[in-house]
Amino acid sequence: MTTTAAPAPTTEPTGERSTFAVRHLLAQIGRYTFLCAVLGFFALPLLWLATAPFDDTPTITASLPRFTLDNFRALLDNPYALSSLLNSVYLAAGTAALVVTFAALAAYALSRVRVPGRDALLYGLLLLSSIVTGTATMVPLFELAFRLNLIDSRLGVILILSGGLLPAAIFILKDFMDSTPTSYEESARVFGASPLQIMRHIVVPLVRPGLATVGVWAVANVWGNFLVPFLLLRGPDKAPAAVIMYTLYTEGGQADLRLLSTFSLLYSLPVALMFVFVSSRYGFRFHGGIKR
Amino acid sequence: MVEGRRPATGASPAPDAAGLGRARATGFLVPAMVLILVFLVVPAAWTIYLGVTNYRLTGLAAAHPEVVGLDNYTRALGDERFTNSLLLTLQFVLGSAVIGQAGLGFAIAFALRDRRGPLRRVVEGFVLLSWILPSSVVAFLWIALLDRDGGTLNALLGIPGTAWLLDHPMLSIIIFNTWRGTAFSMMLYAAALENVPRSHLETARLAGASTWQQLRDVVFPRIRGHVLTNLLLISLWTFNDFAPFLITAGGPEQRSEILPVYVYKVALAGGELGFGAAISFIMLLINLVIALVYLRMLGRRKEAA
Amino acid sequence: MSAKPRRAAGVLAALTAVALTATACGGSDEPAGKDAKNITLTISANSIVGGKNSAGAEWIEKWVIPKFVEAQKAKGVTAKVTFVPSGVDDEQYKTKLALDLRSKGGADVIAVDGIWVGEFAQAGYLKPLSEVAGGQVDSWEGWSQIPETVQGLGSFENKRYGIPLGTDGRVLYYNKKLFAQAGLPADWQPKSWQEILDAGAKLKALPGVTPIQINAGTAMGEATSMQGALPLLVGAGGEIYKDGKWSGATQPVKDMLDFYTKVYGGGLGDPKLQQEAKGRDKSFAEFAAGKIGILGEGDYFWRSVVNPKDGIAKMADRDTTVGFAMIPAKQPGAGIRGQDFVSMSGGGVRVLNPNSKFPSQAWELLSFMHSAEGVKAELAGEKRITARSDVNKEVLAGDPMLSFITDKVLPVTAYRPPLAVYPQVSVALQEATAAAAAGKSADEAATAYQKKVEGIVGGPGNVTS
Repeated sequence: MTTTAAPAPTTEPTGERSTFAVRHLLAQIGRYTFLCAVLGFFALPLLWLATAPFDDTPTITASLPRFTLDNFRALLDNPYALSSLLNSVYLAAGTAALVVTFAALAAYALSRVRVPGRDALLYGLLLLSSIVTGTATMVPLFELAFRLNLIDSRLGVILILSGGLLPAAIFILKDFMDSTPTSYEESARVFGASPLQIMRHIVVPLVRPGLATVGVWAVANVWGNFLVPFLLLRGPDKAPAAVIMYTLYTEGGQADLRLLSTFSLLYSLPVALMFVFVSSRYGFRFHGGIKR
Repeated sequence: MVEGRRPATGASPAPDAAGLGRARATGFLVPAMVLILVFLVVPAAWTIYLGVTNYRLTGLAAAHPEVVGLDNYTRALGDERFTNSLLLTLQFVLGSAVIGQAGLGFAIAFALRDRRGPLRRVVEGFVLLSWILPSSVVAFLWIALLDRDGGTLNALLGIPGTAWLLDHPMLSIIIFNTWRGTAFSMMLYAAALENVPRSHLETARLAGASTWQQLRDVVFPRIRGHVLTNLLLISLWTFNDFAPFLITAGGPEQRSEILPVYVYKVALAGGELGFGAAISFIMLLINLVIALVYLRMLGRRKEAA
Repeated sequence: MSAKPRRAAGVLAALTAVALTATACGGSDEPAGKDAKNITLTISANSIVGGKNSAGAEWIEKWVIPKFVEAQKAKGVTAKVTFVPSGVDDEQYKTKLALDLRSKGGADVIAVDGIWVGEFAQAGYLKPLSEVAGGQVDSWEGWSQIPETVQGLGSFENKRYGIPLGTDGRVLYYNKKLFAQAGLPADWQPKSWQEILDAGAKLKALPGVTPIQINAGTAMGEATSMQGALPLLVGAGGEIYKDGKWSGATQPVKDMLDFYTKVYGGGLGDPKLQQEAKGRDKSFAEFAAGKIGILGEGDYFWRSVVNPKDGIAKMADRDTTVGFAMIPAKQPGAGIRGQDFVSMSGGGVRVLNPNSKFPSQAWELLSFMHSAEGVKAELAGEKRITARSDVNKEVLAGDPMLSFITDKVLPVTAYRPPLAVYPQVSVALQEATAAAAAGKSADEAATAYQKKVEGIVGGPGNVTS
């Protein structure tokens, strides 16, 4: 193998062992320093979200709050804040369910049966999905929804978002399917199981972490999407949190920091909790992990 | 062929183990493909058509759009603002996706590869949190972090008045996007590293190979496929990422105006939907080129190996 | 690509519809659904309870709708009126309206920015009020209360498309305390640009004070055009759009940019502030904290920013500390129409949806919202320049600043061209001011600006230089 090409050690055996120990120690120190730096880098921006909502006069600087829950009370007075979170749940759950189910079926079929031009098709769709998420597509999307009578319909938002997320979901899931062993499926087939049964009882359990990952990914995408629900839904009764968040500005375009920080926290919590739940229940990782 | 060395969409495992058959396989594909056809391919094709018109959101050109052929394309390619924006976008992808997310993601996954327990969970938890929070929230968090007068970063470093977003707008959004997206690469590489037999690394280490040599000779050949999947997806996503708009709005004076922001300004603020659609299509072609480059670099060598 | 024929069919259908409605209206002058006993109407505005322009949304929900429904009931009509609130950036609100109107949807009564009326009308999204709701429009009592110039906000090609909500004017605010320290008069009124610069030079001696804040650059967006570039341009005798042509690198444009180079190149302004995403908010905070000497802003600044009661940058001593002066022309008489002083104005407008099922009743609702009673209820004690003179006379009497605007500023003000490409020209103008503020010469910035404008408006033929 290539590893034999590594330079041969030149020091005598005992020296070698001690340099080795030193090197090991240094590597460990380096590794922990690195991980601490990573932790700091990722935690620092989140600090403000943890302090400002509880501060009676939040500023833009993260600081120890003068503790109060008044901001939450003020937010409850906003007629749309809480219902918008429910709307978000509705849109995210619907989209994630569609994306996971359809992508799993499609990825399985693409993984197990040779379809001519399969790879080109997947790459092509992946590329198309990148332009459809841009602003230039808003008129076609709107007109399409209008012609299909999907204006002011949550289903319309779910379908459009699903269409945009499916190619990448299939792409990721196909990798999972490719790396699952096929021997179980073969034996199940010998015992007369139908393809749908095989899918449900053998494939799904094997790729469950993949399904969970794609589900969380889809939810996170819908949760943050502003443009599609904004354009397609009418009125704040159906508007998700991403749209309502924009309303928390004063007339002059200044952010109302009390409401904004509090709402940001409430808006972030559901996805964070969902992630914790999903990762503890189903595992949360990408393909390859299953063959340990 | 060893599993896991396969690139993302390489050959499938044993053909049709479940006895799916062509017909049923088609049945499995239909729901996804119908959705994709109606809600992705149709609007995309429509957008490409808009790209050859002078269509606008309002005004006379909204009532009577005309087909103008390739005018939008020649205009875009001759426009300094477009080429500038393209250069910034490439910087953004290279800096935040290829170097930032993929590099940092791999480094974290590698540093955590044989760890279990709270440290790993806490580090992964924070990295993932920055990935799943809504962009309007994280954008505000970063504005608060980097603000010239009241920013937490300046307060921590004791350098009030440093205008990060004005003096280093590209660096700011590159670091922001690294923060934002590293989770995906970290997870992918964490999974990939499980494919690398521990004993091989150990052997290499005992043979005196440096960490770098171990990575190059033992790890990389086994995760080439994952590297390809990862670079492909994150480059594509980063290329089309609109979130930096929420932080710098493309400013100051277009110094961080990456292509998605440019399209937003052209199509939404300027109302020039035809021109915006044309730029979107150019972006699609550039994405295609990037994908092909990756496939060549990482896909081919696998065959040679 | 099935899109093309379908679109063409859509356009054809729309045109036929336009033609049919036009003949229908011209023929009988009787809008559809006039005698309906059950009507449903919707109102939309970019305001929302608990968020953007909350008071406006409350007025519609708690005053307009119940009163209107009651009045209809008295006539034996059951009216169901709903309000569709929004709370987003104006550009996004505009996009959504355009998409709605394009697909023949949308609310019956819609609040828009006056500057959108022209481009919406050109696109066929809006029609003149009398075409939508018939002859009752022209006989409305309110028109006689709304000055001709203010009506212009809701008009396009001499036809009324909507009723203006109100208007505003631009002045130079100055801090009297800082002026006293710098040895400048408390009742300052510059007569030329040079006098502004001279005052700035004196203020410069004060430590920690930015002498002049004239908005520049794209980060401030339209605030740069309305509070900086355009008032200066009209002050130099130029107009951004005149007789079908856009202004290129004309002498007035160069003069305007030269003023920017003098302010920002001469150390009289803070160029960094112009680049910041929240630069305008910061300029408010700095003025309120006594760190800015002279600030160009609209009356919004007086009403909602430094208002000691509920401003976003309150000044407890606003009435004694904040002075205001008219914006002078470059030299006396050098402004447009030979004026000594200039201003720019804009304002919101409410329009009718041409696709309304009950256009006649929609007009009733719209005119009810703009009755003297309605406008007063909308103000809810706040002082603001409404479109109606009768209301203004009553509510503005006690406010020196707003009376100043109505008496002195509005007679000399100017408006922006309500055309679809204006927003892009405006951005080019903002970019030119940014270049000048960053140290480019006025000539250089003007040349680059002309090149951009030519690209935007379709060639040098549409640009004067």
